[in-house]
Parts: sequence; C-alpha cells; structure tokens
Amino acid sequence: MGIIELEHLTKRFDGLTAVNDLTLDIADGEFFGLLGPNGAGKTTTLLMLTTLLKPTSGTARVNGFDLVRQARQVRNAIGIVFQDPSSDDTLTGYENLKLHGMLYHMPSALREERIRDVLALVDLTDRKDEIVKHYSGGMRRRLELGRGLMHRPRVLFLDEPTLGLDPQSREHIWTYVERLVIEAKITVVLTTHYMEEADHLCGRVAIIDHGRIAALDTPAGLKRVVGGDIITLGVQAPDLAAVQALGVVDEVDHKDGILKLTVRDAKARLPRILQAIGAVDWVEVHPATLEDVFIHYTGHEIRDVSEEGGWAERSMRYRSGTR
Amino acid sequence: MGRAIHAVPIRDEIGGIAAIWYREWKVFLREKSRIVASIVSPILWLLVFGGGLGRNVSIPGTEYQAFIFPGILAQAVLFSSVFFGVYIVWDRKIDFLKEVLVAPMSRTSVFVGKVIGGATDSVVQSLILLVLGAILGATGLIPGLHPSLVRFAIALPLLAITTASLVSVGLIIGAMMESPEGFQLVSSFLLFPTFFLSGALFPLDRLPAWLAPLVAIDPLTYSVDALRHAILGRAHFALALDLGVMGGFLALVVWLGSVAFARMKV
Repeated sequence: MGIIELEHLTKRFDGLTAVNDLTLDIADGEFFGLLGPNGAGKTTTLLMLTTLLKPTSGTARVNGFDLVRQARQVRNAIGIVFQDPSSDDTLTGYENLKLHGMLYHMPSALREERIRDVLALVDLTDRKDEIVKHYSGGMRRRLELGRGLMHRPRVLFLDEPTLGLDPQSREHIWTYVERLVIEAKITVVLTTHYMEEADHLCGRVAIIDHGRIAALDTPAGLKRVVGGDIITLGVQAPDLAAVQALGVVDEVDHKDGILKLTVRDAKARLPRILQAIGAVDWVEVHPATLEDVFIHYTGHEIRDVSEEGGWAERSMRYRSGTR
Repeated sequence: MGRAIHAVPIRDEIGGIAAIWYREWKVFLREKSRIVASIVSPILWLLVFGGGLGRNVSIPGTEYQAFIFPGILAQAVLFSSVFFGVYIVWDRKIDFLKEVLVAPMSRTSVFVGKVIGGATDSVVQSLILLVLGAILGATGLIPGLHPSLVRFAIALPLLAITTASLVSVGLIIGAMMESPEGFQLVSSFLLFPTFFLSGALFPLDRLPAWLAPLVAIDPLTYSVDALRHAILGRAHFALALDLGVMGGFLALVVWLGSVAFARMKV
C-alpha cells in the first residue's frame, strides 16, 4: 500500500479537464516528481492532494486517509511549500515559524524547540529576527521549506520549489531539499517543469501532459526508453532512406532543417550515419535527457513559462501590496 | 507525528483562532502609520466639521460637536473594519492564504480568527479615540461632551460588537473579490451610504418620509444610537432595540462569513 494512492483522480473547471483520470501509487519514503509544462495539471493535482481543492471525481488517500472525508487527518500528515511566496513578509522569520507552530497546535515548549531546529536546518538562525521583506528570494524559499517540515509531516509537497530562482539559488535549494529529506526520512512529492531538477532529485518521475500521465519511471528508466543517445544535425536535404537502411536508428525527427536521430551507441555509429546522410552543416551528440524523454512521449517540447514571471519576480510584485 | 497532532479538535480550533489573531496583532503593531491614519480623520471630523458646523446648528439637549461624537466613533470603526477585509485579497494574491487554509482547522475558525484580529485593531483605535474625546471634552474643545469613565467604558463593548459585524462584512466582500481594486470599488459603494444613513451626523427625530425607512434599514443606525445612549445618555430608539438589532446583525454576518469562507476559492 502506498502512502499516497490516487484512483481515477479528476478535476474539471467549467469544460476544461485540468486533471484527467490519474491513477498512481507513491510508496512511503519515495522522492516522487511530477514533471510537466505549466497548465499540465501538476499544481491542480497538488491542491487536491493537499485538500485545498475538491476532486470532480475519483478519490485519493494520503497516509491512509481519504482526501475529502478525512481532510483534517490528511492535513495533519502533510507539509507543503507553495509555488508563490506564502510567508507573511511583515513578520520576521521567527514569527512566521511561530505562527505555523500555532496553526499546527504545538505546545509552546515543543514549538520553540522545533523553531530552533528548523532555523538551524535552513541556516537562518542569524536572520530569524529580520522581517521577511528583507530576505532574498532564496532565503524566503528556505524559510518556507523549513516551515513545511516543522510539524514533522509524513509527506512533503513541493510545488515548483525553485521557480524563478537564479541557477545558484536553485542548486542551493536542491542541496537543502536533499539534506532535509535525508534527515526527516519522509515522502516528497515535487512538481517541476525543470528537467534537471526532476533528474537530480527524484527517484521516480511521472511525465504529466494535458492532465494525464504520459510516462512513469525512474529518470534512468525513462531515458532508457528513449534508447541511448540523441544525434542532432543541421541538414537541409538528408537522405532519410539511406539512414533508415543502416538499421541502427530508432527514431527520426526532421523539421526546419534540423534532424534528430535516436541512436544506441551513437559515438561508434556516427561516421556511418554521416556518410549515409550526405552534406551536413553541424553535428551534436548527447546522451538522452529527460527533455528528450518528454518530447518522445508528448510530441512537443516543454513550453517556455518564463513570460509568466518567476517566483522571485512575483514576490517582488506583491511585496509592496502585502502588509 | 508528534503528540501535538492528536489534540482534541475543539482545542485545535481555539489554537488556530489564536494563531490567526497572533498574526493580525503583530502586523497591526508593525504598521503604526495605519493606527495614526485611523485617528487623524475622526479628529478632523470632530474638530473641523463639528466645530465649524456646530456654531450654526443647534441640537435639542446638547451641543452639535458632542452630539456627533458617538457617530464619529462609529464612522471610524466602520471604515477601518470594512477595509480590513482587503487584506484577505492580498493574502490570496500571494500564497499566504493557502498556508492558513491547509492547516488542520476549519474555515469557520479561520474566519473567526480574522474577525477577532480585525476587531482588536478597531477596538484599540476606539480606545484611543475615547481617550482623546475625553481630553477634548474636558478641555472644552468639544463643548457639551462630559467625559465619564463609566459611560465611556460602556461604549467600548458596543464598539466591539459593531466592529465584529463590520469586519465580517469586509471579510465577506474580500472572500468574493479577486482584486484589491474590486474590493475598493464594492466597499466604497457600501461605506458611504452606510455612514450617511446611520444618523451619525444628524438626529433621527424629524426625518423626511423618504429618508426614514432608509435610515431604519441601515444596521449602523442602531450602533450609533446605542453609543448615544452610552455616551450622551439620550437617543432615538430604545436601547433594547439597538442591542437586539446589533446582536442579530452580528449573528447574521458571522453566519454569512462562515459560508463565504467555506466557498472561498484558494
């Protein structure tokens, strides 16, 4: 029995099916990733699993409790770091954690002890009495990460934990997440549209597209499905028939003058392939990444979401308006 | 799972309400400008509007400035209480509201915590205004206002009931609004008629026939009237009627607020 079990979980918003018939088991202690573009249904799934949104149909159990009928037990068993900033930026770091402890009914002695632990864990002990408004985006994320663990949940949900952070802060957060998970020994469900993030952190990844699971496996297993390496060539008029005749190419994708070949053991076979194709402008070989896996299963690239603005940017934007 | 997690639900709810109150109180203390702003405008009404008009208007039994003092207290509470609801819109704009809603407590308790938090702010504001009123009355700047500890002390719980109702109204609007601009628009539509119709600035004895029913359906009318009972010792309606309407209105908006919060989208 999994610690999280989804059965035909579905959510519709007037006509639009955001989450479509998800059935899934996540085992205790797993680091599980939901990978997909914005609008794929990841956050909607998370909001349902955290009892904030009622499913249209289907059920799910978290820690053995039904999402709808036993929402309170579910809430006691979970922690969550939301996509947008969710700490009060007029309070200090300490006060935000104290508020959390009160919301989770911790007696004051236990609360103070946990606040100390959490601050140490996310390296914010020195900054605890500073108002969150003066924190950097990465610090605020760390505070919220620590806060999500403060009541010792069985399952921690991370909704796009590094969205909008610069690459350096992102790797910092990864380090923290890994450290926290090792220390707390809990199940983590992470949503992300960053391939490297899913690859780096997750034991298993579900690729979500249009509200459905397109594929589900370990990152290595997913990459194995794509089968070896990707050869990308800049070429106008390739002799595709000759390439196919070699019998070593598993997948061929040619558009806009770019040819993508999926080949096992590409290095050794590259010379023969180049001979068969004809005139080539440039060549690139890389081992299959989750990006390739994503394209393999969904037929499109993960859409760019930068125009919506990152987490830090939004946190700046609302900063002036929040108290 | 720690021992805290298996506590009795009712204790959990009270703990959750206390948590939300704690947050609102911290924020209130940190925003001193809000406290100052909420004091300045009523004082202007009392001294400038009341002082200017008072020389030319006579109210049977008392001076005009003293007469509007209860009404201005109600007005101050009206504006600060209803505007408190806008903060729930801001909480939703970021994900802070989700952090609260995902905690193991009912939405009703979230609502009640917010009401108590907002009402505390207004009660502190009222207390400052009562003290200032006493000083202004004692020094003759508000002629006819005779400060009395007992009378002013009775006014405070009346103001507390009033603000609890009005914070609820603000939160109901806030729960339904997506943007602060929308909140501003809807609340302004509500605030000015509520204030002007409450009789805060005029006696209810000789109203035109078309105006009397509008005044009678304004819930704030009864708060202003009750405050006049407390502070001036004379008013239009029976005190029992005032208290009945205030209590009934509070019950109604708390119930509506719980429903609005239960349906509120995250």
